[in-house]
Amino acid sequence: MSEPVLHTSLHGRHAAHGARFGAFAGWEMPLLYTSPTAEHRAVRSASGVFDVSHMGQLELAGEGARAYLQSMLSNDIAALGPGQGQYTLMLEDDGGVIDDLIAYALADRYMLVVNASNVAPCRERLASRLPDGVELGDRSLEIAMLALQGPRFLDVLEPLAPSGSSLDLEYFEIAEDVVAGVPCLVARTGYTGEPGVELLCPWDQAPALWDALVDGDSRATPAGLVARDTLRLEMGYPLYGQELSRERTPIEAGLGWACDLDGGGFAGAGRLRRQKEEGTAERLCLFALTEGGIPRPGHAVLSDGEPVGEVTSGTLSPTLGTGIGMAYLPAELAGPDHEITIDVRGKQKSARTARRPLVDSSPTKG
Amino acid sequence: MPDASYPENLRYHHEHDWVRVEGDEAVFGITWYAQDALGEVVYFDPPEVGSSITKDTAYGELESVKAVSDIHAPTSGTVVTVNQQVVDQPEVVNEDPYGAGWLIRVSLGDPSELDGLLDAAAYRAYLAGISS
Repeated sequence: MSEPVLHTSLHGRHAAHGARFGAFAGWEMPLLYTSPTAEHRAVRSASGVFDVSHMGQLELAGEGARAYLQSMLSNDIAALGPGQGQYTLMLEDDGGVIDDLIAYALADRYMLVVNASNVAPCRERLASRLPDGVELGDRSLEIAMLALQGPRFLDVLEPLAPSGSSLDLEYFEIAEDVVAGVPCLVARTGYTGEPGVELLCPWDQAPALWDALVDGDSRATPAGLVARDTLRLEMGYPLYGQELSRERTPIEAGLGWACDLDGGGFAGAGRLRRQKEEGTAERLCLFALTEGGIPRPGHAVLSDGEPVGEVTSGTLSPTLGTGIGMAYLPAELAGPDHEITIDVRGKQKSARTARRPLVDSSPTKG
Repeated sequence: MPDASYPENLRYHHEHDWVRVEGDEAVFGITWYAQDALGEVVYFDPPEVGSSITKDTAYGELESVKAVSDIHAPTSGTVVTVNQQVVDQPEVVNEDPYGAGWLIRVSLGDPSELDGLLDAAAYRAYLAGISS
């Protein structure tokens, strides 16, 4: 027996747009419509909209919620006032990554937006140590989520949000608003490297919101998960299941900035502090090929002919026109401008390690 | 992208390659079905001019953003020309798979190998069998 396949409330909209679907964490999601590189370029140059309703939403409320999350998440949640969010991680006691997520402080509760594949592990981890007086809810199948991303995202949002309350949010802020008649939480977040918002709304109202975003005067281009992947990879953003796993810590992944190592008593902090002091044997790095070819996950990385790592993500960068990827490499090779070789199905391709991002984009520009 | 088509003047290989015979040379490409299955082509890794290729074995690779596909030789031969336009603009394979999107030209090694290929009607029937 195979597991039942989950569909978002936008499945029919995607099919009508000619989507190619693929399985992702138990969901059948649009991988692309007609051209993933055109969708990618639309997001870099104008705006695109992604259905990310498969992502999960866990909510915690009650007097002890903040203290509890302080013990369960890596970043300093006490730094958040109502209407603010932060990138953070849930870790094993040994520092391995259970998930990377965004935690938002709302007026009366905290909302965690977690990866689709990690809803159950995050929920179970939070339930396992839940103190009296803290309530945990899983709203993943009640809340739909659309990511409107790109330098022109306000051209799309502004005509649909007459109250204006979501139009001047700072990066990582969140506010309630009514967009195209649909009650939403609007967050100035995303994972493309472009300015934009993520819109969270009731599951059944997502089609009306989608129609307004893609059919309006300043329409956003529907974009699939393939473009989402090439966009995040150009920025050097890690993806759970590729770069992040229980076998890796945030320090190895270059996410120490999302860990409150000075004050934090969170699970896994001890090992992370030691790693920060002593350094780690390997670190995640970004690279670009200096000749033709496309690196793929699992390809060996070589230095002076010796295997030194494995590609975790790889693609052709639509912006640069060259192969790009990420890999965990020995610390001495993980800085920028080291010459490495990628074994692309038996062909040795020259590559160079690079700082992130690989492209001139920023989610806070404009 | 154009609609599905399988021109009558071509011969087809069951790995979804086409052949256009021109004297003792032949032009190879991939069919509409193959480019549709692969999706937007972003990279063509061609064989070297002058290299020998063998019927039914991979002579090059086409890649989409997400996938790699070996391209199989419908007949044996020696590579005479590589379509540089596809190297430079791989999406031409999607836009015009039987015209500007041709991949290589070969000098035929054994013209009798052509006899084992499918005509357009047989290839369409073969595709119908795959999709049913």
